[in-house]
Order: sequence, then C-alpha cells, then structure tokens
Amino acid sequence: MAQELLFNIFNGLIIGAFYVLMALGLSLILNLSGVINFAHGTFLALGGYVAYTVEPYIGFWAALLVAPVVIALFGLVLERFMIRRLYGRDPLYSLLLTFGLAYIFQDFMRSVWGSNGLPFTVPEFLSKPLSYEFFFLTGYRVFMMAVVIIAVGGLFLFLRYTRMGVRIRAGTLDLDTVSVLGVNVRGLRAFNFALGIFLAGLSGVLAGGQLSLQPNMGDGLMMPSFVAIIVGGVGSLPGTLLGGLLIGLATGVVTMFWPAASEAVIYVIMAVVLLMRPRGLMGEEGMMT
Amino acid sequence: MSGHVSARQTAASRKANTQWLRLAAIWLVLLTAPFWIVHLGGYTALGTRVLVLGLAAMAFNLLLGFTGVMSFGHAAFFGLGAYGAGFALKFFTNSTPLAVIAGTLLGGVIGALLGALVVRRRGVYFAMVTIAFGQVFYFIAIRWNSVTGGDDGLRGFSRQPLHLGPWVVDIQRDAGLYYYFVLACFAIAAVLMGIILRSPFGHTLIAIRENERRARFLGIPIELHIWLAFVLSCVFVAMAGALYACLNDFADPTNFNYNMSGTIVIMAVLGGFRSFWGPLLGAAIYVVLQDYLSSMTQNWMWAVGLIFVLVVLFFPRGLLGVFDRAGKSAEEA
Repeated sequence: MAQELLFNIFNGLIIGAFYVLMALGLSLILNLSGVINFAHGTFLALGGYVAYTVEPYIGFWAALLVAPVVIALFGLVLERFMIRRLYGRDPLYSLLLTFGLAYIFQDFMRSVWGSNGLPFTVPEFLSKPLSYEFFFLTGYRVFMMAVVIIAVGGLFLFLRYTRMGVRIRAGTLDLDTVSVLGVNVRGLRAFNFALGIFLAGLSGVLAGGQLSLQPNMGDGLMMPSFVAIIVGGVGSLPGTLLGGLLIGLATGVVTMFWPAASEAVIYVIMAVVLLMRPRGLMGEEGMMT
Repeated sequence: MSGHVSARQTAASRKANTQWLRLAAIWLVLLTAPFWIVHLGGYTALGTRVLVLGLAAMAFNLLLGFTGVMSFGHAAFFGLGAYGAGFALKFFTNSTPLAVIAGTLLGGVIGALLGALVVRRRGVYFAMVTIAFGQVFYFIAIRWNSVTGGDDGLRGFSRQPLHLGPWVVDIQRDAGLYYYFVLACFAIAAVLMGIILRSPFGHTLIAIRENERRARFLGIPIELHIWLAFVLSCVFVAMAGALYACLNDFADPTNFNYNMSGTIVIMAVLGGFRSFWGPLLGAAIYVVLQDYLSSMTQNWMWAVGLIFVLVVLFFPRGLLGVFDRAGKSAEEA
C-alpha cells in the first residue's frame, strides 16, 4: 500500500514535471506577448522526432541538447514571419493561427515519420531500475526529473540574474515602459518566444524516451498545462510551477483510487481555484483578467 | 437643408431595401437548397450539415461578434446538445423535437453553471478558462464507458418521424424532409437571435463590446449581461449539437474536443464575425471544402490548418468583412 502510494506520487511528480516544462513555456510566451500558443504540443512532438532523427549520428546526449535548439530556431522563424504580425491584436488571431499551425505540423509529422509510434532508445544504463524494492525508480525517470529540475532552476536563475531575464520579467509587468527605456522589445519577444519553444522541444525529447513518439503525443499535455497556468495564476511563473506540480500530483494520486477520474480531477481543482481565488494561487490582482 | 434630409432618407431607405433583398436571397437559397445541391455534386445531408454548423457558428458569434468575448470551449455545449438528444431518444422519448429540446436545455443549464465561473475573466484568460472547461466533458464522454459509450460514441438511437395531428412526416428516412425540419429549427433560432440583438439588451451587449469600461460607468451590470449572452449562446449551440446528433443518429465524443471549438470559431471568423450572417457563410465554405478535401485525400488536416493561417493573415475580418469594406469605399466614392 505504502509502496503503491509512493509509486503513484512519484508518477504524479513525473507527470507534473512535464506539465511544468510545457506550462512554463506557454506562460513565458503568454505573459510577454499575450499569445496562447496552441501549437505548443506539436512543438513538443517535433522536438521528439528531431531527436529521434539525429540521435543515430550524434548520440543521445547531444540530441538532448541539439533537438530543442533546432526547434527553438524553427520557432524563431515562425515568430518572425507570422506570430509577430499578431502582437497587439485581439488574442483571437494568435490562437487561431497557432491552432492552424498545429494541424499543419501534425500532418507534416505524420507524412514524414508515419503515425505509428516510433521507439526512441535511451542509453542502456538509464533504463534499468535502481533498486528492486522500488521498481518504479528507473534510472531514466530519475534522470528526467533531474533534467527538469536543472532546466526549471536554470530558467528561474536566468530570469532573476541576467539582464535579459530581468527585461523579460519587467516586460511582463509593463512592456510600454520597458520599450520607452530603450530596450529592443521586438528582439526581446522573439528571444522569449524561442525560449518557450526550447522548453517544449526539451520536454519532447524527454517524453520520447519514456513514451513512444507519435505526432499527437503533445496533445494530452496541452490542456493540463493550461490548467496549471490558470491554477497557478496567469502572469506568475512560480505559480505555473506550483500549479503544474499540484495537478500532476493530483493526477497521480487519483489514478490510484479512481483511474477513470484521473483527467477530470484537474478540472475540478481548476473550478475550485476559480471559485475560491479567481486570480489563481499566486496570481496578482488585475493581471490579465 | 431639406435637400440634405431627403438625401439622407433615400440613402437610408436604399440601405433598408438592400437589407431586405439580402435577407430574401438568403432564405430563398436555404429553402431551395435540397433541389439544386445534388446537381452541384453535393448531397442533401451536406446541406443539413451546413445549416447545423452554421447555427453553431452564429450562436457562438453572439459572444464573439456581438459581446466581444472569446469563448474557445463551445464544443462542450455542442457535444452536450448532441449527447442530450441522444440520451433522450435512446431512453426517454420517441419524439425528435422533444429530444432536440432536451439537448438544448442540457447545454443551456451546464452553460449557465460554467458561465458563472468564467464571466469575470476577460480576453486571453477567458479563452483559456473556456478551453480548459470544454475538455472536461470530452474526458467524461471518453471515460464513462457504461453510459456514454466511450470512444465509440453514443449509438443505438435514431431520429423518429414527426406526428403532426393526422399527418406523419417521415424525417427519419427522407433526408430532404429532415433538412426542412432542421431549417425550421434554424429559422426559429435565427429569428430569436435577431430579436435578441435588436432589443435594448442586444444593444447593451454591443455597448459592452465597444467599450466595457464606459458601459460599466453607465451603470450596466456587465457580468450579468455577459453571463446572459454566454447562456443564450450555449443554448443555441446546444440546439445545433442536438440537431447534429439526430442527423447522424450518433453522438460522437470528438464533438466535445477542442478541435470542434476551433472549427466553430474559424467558421465564424472566416465568414465575418461582425456580421449576423457571416458565420453561416463561413460554415458553408468550411463544410463544403472539408467534405471535398476529405473525399480526395486522407491527409487533409494540413489544408484545414492552412485555412486557419490564411484567414488570420489575410482575411482577419472574414469574407463579408472584405465585401463590406469594399461596399463602404464604393459608397464613399
């Protein structure tokens, strides 16, 4: 019983880690540019496929870094030629555009890599369980958690201590003032967009090692990531982190007792948060409402 | 002075005339559709689908176009209408109109509950909350196998012939008659929506769309109005969903999916969301194009995606928006 509970909590944390990576990327883009990136899930899948394609040539470790960078560069191109034109316009348009892009990318992936699941192999020593008693602690899962912690920690340090990071946070609060102070807001938004897409690509590579690669593998992560942002509070990245872990844990624990409700529970959490604290757990009054 | 007034009057009456003409043309096309659609290479059910999805897009547009609020979760209410009608026909009644009413009410009641949770949100946040809530029903439909039929959808019901006094109208077998049944429902809904939008309430919604802060300072209870608009919109979308389930004799869990919400939104935007009839035009183009593409190739998703991208980048006001602008500049010249 205790072991099973631990297993489900750990599972929940793993799921939550993915929600966090996805939701932080979405949140970065949403906060600075007011764009809901509906194609975020397909960027995740693209990241996985790119890693799958380059892995035979450069190995797993390089692929882990190269694939997200490739996806981020691709995101940069899209931002330059499409997304940028929609800044300052009704959020309806960026939502519809990224929605359409998601359709196009999925069909693209289906025609290039096929719609059947592809296995993405991870190094041998990562796929063994660490101990027999805790069979669920495979090396790869611990490794995933470590990568997520490093990525999230790195992101927060970057936003806290670098000039660019401070500008991104300032722009979230008041982009006009940041612009007046002489910051190149266009460049800032482009970089920020690519940063968000990088996180999606990274989650794609990690998810690829755990599940098999499928064009729609990111779809299931999109909605929980939205919920994570809303629960944590729109405009607050620590809130997104908290929200992601919370709903991941809730999913894991509920799976143990009532598997059929494991998806619905996160929406119950969202409804409760919206009723009790409409701005979200760590959201500030008046942000984005 | 008087010359100015009369000139203005003739301009106004000319405008009223063209509006009547436009209206007559729309209804003429809708009434005669079953007679010519086959000759153009279509089939009657395709016309019915255009009507149903057009109704959904027009109902959605009560919010987007006339209240200025963006809901991206309307698939939930479309699906609730479909499942509501399906359950009614399967377990409770053999009357098609009653089933449609049941589905409509189910969508309206749930819309009223969820609407209360979302009305304080605006803009991006409103869209996100509605997207997320929309998915709840998708998961319920997929997971609650014993009741909803899970992935396979709700089957085992079919629309029933109408009994009007001594006459029996067999909308069950005759696709053309079902088209007219849907058209009658569509007409009721369209007239109701038109009345709502012309009423003081409708004008208040437009005032909120144009300048919410100003409307608030005028003492208008904004949240109440947005909530009412949300509920009305859900009611008519659910009605469309119910008619859709009766069209296919099948309620599909993907009706609940956010892809369906996206479809409803893009139909409204493609046709022109600042116009009452724009969404119907958008639905007609979208449905026919999708039908054609999916009969040509399996990989038609990218083409649908391309429609989204092209509309956003090149026709953000929709097709009627383009015509209206052209018309306006022609008038000014």
